[in-house]
Formats: sequence, C-alpha cells, structure tokens
Amino acid sequence: MRMQRKFVLLLLILSCFILQGTVLKTLAIGSISPNLILILVISFGFMCGKNTGLWMGFWCGLILDLLGAELIGFYALVYMIIGFSAGCCCKLFYDDELRVPMVVTAAGDLIYGGLVYGMQFLLRGRTDFLYYMIRIIIPEMIYTVLLTVVMYKIFLKIHNKLTEQEMKERDSIWLRK
Amino acid sequence: MKNKHDWNLKSKHILVIMVLVCVSLMLLTFAAKFPANPVRQVAGFAIVPFQNGLNKVGTALDGLTSGFRSKNELVKENKKLQAKVDELTTENSRLTQSITELDRLQKLYQLDQQYSEYDKVAAEIIAKNSGNWYSTFTINRGSEDGILVDQNVIAGSGLVGIVTEVGKHWATVRSIIDDTSNVSAMTVSTSANCIVSGDLRLIDEGKLQFIHLKDDDDKIQEGEKIVTSSVSEKFLKGILIGYVSEIQEDPNNLTKTGTLTPAVDFQHLQEVLVILERKQTKEAE
Repeated sequence: MRMQRKFVLLLLILSCFILQGTVLKTLAIGSISPNLILILVISFGFMCGKNTGLWMGFWCGLILDLLGAELIGFYALVYMIIGFSAGCCCKLFYDDELRVPMVVTAAGDLIYGGLVYGMQFLLRGRTDFLYYMIRIIIPEMIYTVLLTVVMYKIFLKIHNKLTEQEMKERDSIWLRK
Repeated sequence: MKNKHDWNLKSKHILVIMVLVCVSLMLLTFAAKFPANPVRQVAGFAIVPFQNGLNKVGTALDGLTSGFRSKNELVKENKKLQAKVDELTTENSRLTQSITELDRLQKLYQLDQQYSEYDKVAAEIIAKNSGNWYSTFTINRGSEDGILVDQNVIAGSGLVGIVTEVGKHWATVRSIIDDTSNVSAMTVSTSANCIVSGDLRLIDEGKLQFIHLKDDDDKIQEGEKIVTSSVSEKFLKGILIGYVSEIQEDPNNLTKTGTLTPAVDFQHLQEVLVILERKQTKEAE
C-alpha cells in the first residue's frame, strides 16, 4: 500500500521534470516559466504533511542538482526546506479550498527565489537585488501561483484516489483478520 | 498524546539529518571529491529520452499547425514568391559573374574559411534549464557521437557556448549569455584582449557585457567584431562572438567596458553545431 503511493509519486516527479524542461519552456512569458516542481513539492507537502513534503522536496531537489547544477545538494536543501514548511501548513488543509495552497505556493516561490539569488548571485557580487526581484522572482511567483490553480486540483485528485485505495486495502486486511 | 509528540519530534529529526546530508553533499562536491558523474549519468538516462521524444512531438505539432494556413494566404504568398524568383534569377546571373572575382580576391586576402576546417556535429536542443536563473540547455548528442566536455558550440556564424557535461546520448551546454559564463575574447582590428561575460540583466536586451578591454588609441568603435581570443584556455581561436554596441571608458582610465550584440539569436535557438576539436587537445598535439 505504501509502495503504490511511492511509485505514483515517483512517476509524478519524473513527469514534472520532463514537462518543466520542455513544455513549460515553450509556454514561457517574457522568458519566465512557472516552477512546476515547486508546485508538486508544495502541493504534496501541504496535503500529506511534513514527512512527505520533506522527502518529495529532497528527491526533486536532488534530481535538479544531478541534472546540471554546479553544487550537488543545494536545490535538495532548498526544496526540502520548502516542502517541510508546506507540510507544517498541513493542518489548514481542506479538500476544496484553493486559497491556502495558493498563498503557500506564493510564499514558497518567494523563499525559493530569495535563496537562489542569495546563495548563487549575491555571493558572486550581483548586488542589484531589486532588479532580480522585479524581473524574475515576482513574475515567476505570479505565473507559478496561476499554474497552481490548475495543477493543485489534479494533484488533489491523485492524492484522494491514493488515499481511497489505501483505506480500502487497510479495511480489507482488517476484515480478513 | 504522547504518540503525537513523538511523531513531531521524529520529522524534525529527519529534517535535521537531511539538512546535514545536503550540506555535506555540497561540501563534498565543492571539494570535488564526490564522484558525482556516474550519478548524473543515471539521472540523465532516466529523463533525457523522454525530453527527446516530447521535443519531437512538439516539432511535429508545430509542423501540423503551420499546415492549416488559409488558402488565400498561400495564393498571395505564391504571387510574391514568383516575383521574387524573377528577381533572384537576374541577381543570380549577375552574382555568378562576380564569384570568380571573389575567389581570386579571397586567395589574395588569405581569408581562411572561418571555421569550416573543424569537424562538427549537428545537435538539436531538447530541453532548457528548468529554472529561470540560468541559460543552460540539453542537446541530443552525447559521448557516443564524439562529444566531450569543453567542446565549443556554435550556431550559424557565432559562438553559442561550451559543453559542460556529457552523457551517452545527451550533453549540457552553458551558453555565453549565462550569468556565470566568462569568455576570453579579442577585437578583430586591434587584437586587444577582453573578457566577455554573460549578465542576466542584459539578456532581455539580447546583449552581453565585455570588460577589461585595452584601447589606448580609441580605435574601437561601435560595430567592431569581437572574436574568441587566442589566449583562451577552452575556446578555439577566432570564433565570432558578436559586435560592439556600446563602449565606455572605465573609471580607472586604462581599460574600457561596454556591451556587445551576440551574433547568435539566443531566443530562437533550436539547432546548434558542436565543434569536435578541443583547444587543449589541439595544443597537446
């Protein structure tokens, strides 16, 4: 029962990665594309809790690192922290409520942008924070939040299906005893 | 109640442990002792084939939509093209005459055929960097096609970037407009060295920055050709980077900085050529 969930999550992670580098890049507005991987991590962290968020963030970040970051472990750390923080908001989780995940995604993307800027641009002497804020961080946040409206519903459906199935299996085992 | 408390403690503990794992991973790769390459190969192996396929679907769809253009438009276009054909035939006959002259002049100037002397491999861009901060991309050729790290990548007439990572059937290229890219370059007329560096802030304008240009006699004007320098460690000599679009004196009165327009249109880049020769192997021979 846990295996099935893990398998589905792995498939989701891989498909998000494939979409991110190809389809979302062609949907880019002003060379800014939304961050689907962040939506995935935050959605599942938000729906399933701290542990899931933490592990989802870690694996997504690690794949990002392996696919061409200079420093392995950086994105893993960033996404892990974001996933964990999203998991902390799990208590606010209601089925059809869209506003909370949108706010959480917005905050998560801001944290993500800030951390990437702070660790990889500021340290190289690019001090023009306001420019990066207005040109990249804010547009990316807005676009990501807009995409959340669509993606969150899809992820929620997958999550509900999985939970339903797990419940069924657990019941049947319990009944067999 | 106690159980719940334990659970909270546990996920906190996992967080701390994983943070430590990440930090140590970073330190390890920073110290370059962690054998990251095999792991990277695995990640590339899992994702690149799909990106390749998806990209093919994308191009197929592109072709399909362009087939839906209305008939009227095509008729108009046909007329226009017919006119152009007439125009071109006359021009062609004129040009064939001047070709022999050109041949002679080329020999006279010893204008070597810019980079046609190098072996090249054509590759398609199949994915771009997933974030918005960097300008790297993945191409669909890898070590099986003879691609190695540090090979130069060109498109059309200009320099695109350099290969930073190679898998079996894919390679990652860092373009020269990337924020972390620095290329040792020189001007064509005075052979003065300078550094061409990418800057995220200039990408919107489609420009690059150059710094540390020595130009005591104010000879460099706008439109000056900038090519890769002979002293560069990784870039082959004489590949066109772009044209100077702005130049100004540094506060130290010794060097100049400015912006240049790259010869390659990075916004609409789809196919690139990888030069199979590497600078370092060339030197070694």
